[in-house]
Amino acid sequence: MIAFDLNGKQVNAGVDPETPLLWAIREEFGLTGTKYGCGIAACGACTVHVDGDAVRSCSIPVSAVQGRKVVTIEGLSKDRSHPVQMAWIARQVPQCGYCQSGMIMAAAALLARISRPADSDIDDAITNICRCGTYKRIREAIHAAAKR
Amino acid sequence: MPRQSAEPPSRCSNLTAIRQGPSTVCEMIAIKHGASVSALSVFIAVLLCSFLPCESFGQAGDADRAAQSQQAFMEMAAVLRHPRCLNCHTSVDYPRQGDDQHRHLFNVKRGPDDRGVVALRCRTCHQADNQQASGVPGAPGWRLAPLRMAWDGLSPGQLCRALLDPTRGGMTAATLVEHLQTERLVAWAWQPGRNSHGERRQEPPLSREQFLALVGSWAELGAVCPE
Repeated sequence: MIAFDLNGKQVNAGVDPETPLLWAIREEFGLTGTKYGCGIAACGACTVHVDGDAVRSCSIPVSAVQGRKVVTIEGLSKDRSHPVQMAWIARQVPQCGYCQSGMIMAAAALLARISRPADSDIDDAITNICRCGTYKRIREAIHAAAKR
Repeated sequence: MPRQSAEPPSRCSNLTAIRQGPSTVCEMIAIKHGASVSALSVFIAVLLCSFLPCESFGQAGDADRAAQSQQAFMEMAAVLRHPRCLNCHTSVDYPRQGDDQHRHLFNVKRGPDDRGVVALRCRTCHQADNQQASGVPGAPGWRLAPLRMAWDGLSPGQLCRALLDPTRGGMTAATLVEHLQTERLVAWAWQPGRNSHGERRQEPPLSREQFLALVGSWAELGAVCPE
């Protein structure tokens, strides 16, 4: 059993230790807000926080989070009140929405470290892929969230 | 390589020749078979030594030792200049990846501490081990080498001098040997795993044991750099 904190609750994952964290989150604990995109850490749809850092959960084994704190989109806030979530809603950022939970988690990790990011900071940190091409609204929403 | 010994030809009865440097058949066998010379290679070396005149081993002069040290580094350089090393010893603001050394996907940046930028740290993807499910490689402490330790584009001689330059590699020969022996990121080069297509990544052209034996010889013979 792999024990870790998931969105503020202590959980035990009874899966193969090599199972990607993404699948433990989705299938063992039923938190399906975190998405599978590419499976090779390239697209960012599976981004979650581990001890505050953005991590691509498709490429980290669940054994690597033993004793650590994992936060998914479901745990970012209790009532969608995180500044990034509010900015996302205000600007209607998503189109299809599939990549957006990963985008939001990456943006939240960025703002936790750099409260007023420049465009270049966003370019460097947010490498998640959006097939709908919502990048312009994502950038605007990050700047808006930074002001909250 | 010319020898300066005035001793008459004789048969070797021990392995002292092996310790003189990588210029003889016996010595090369010993080196090629690694730091912990295997019983088999010792046996072969003894056998060959017993049939070769000791004149060919003789007392190696300083010039010989320097040449042997240089030769050892030339062989080491084949490993040090391999993509497994160069991809993270870059002279640019980003890592490379793959056996073709293409720029790392999705605009990965070096960052202020050589471990990526905020929200896209090396550890965002690279963990302590290779990940079979995704093909993402991993080892403890995954990071880029500092810019001062950039190796790409350097000839073997330039690389050697850079390693020993206090303002660049910042290591002595002894600490460099220890680094190459104990650093887990270095060891990863020989256990690089498979990529996202399931293809095995290339390993350096020498085994880790062969490489470390050469490193030891190079240092022991004076850590002399090729021209």
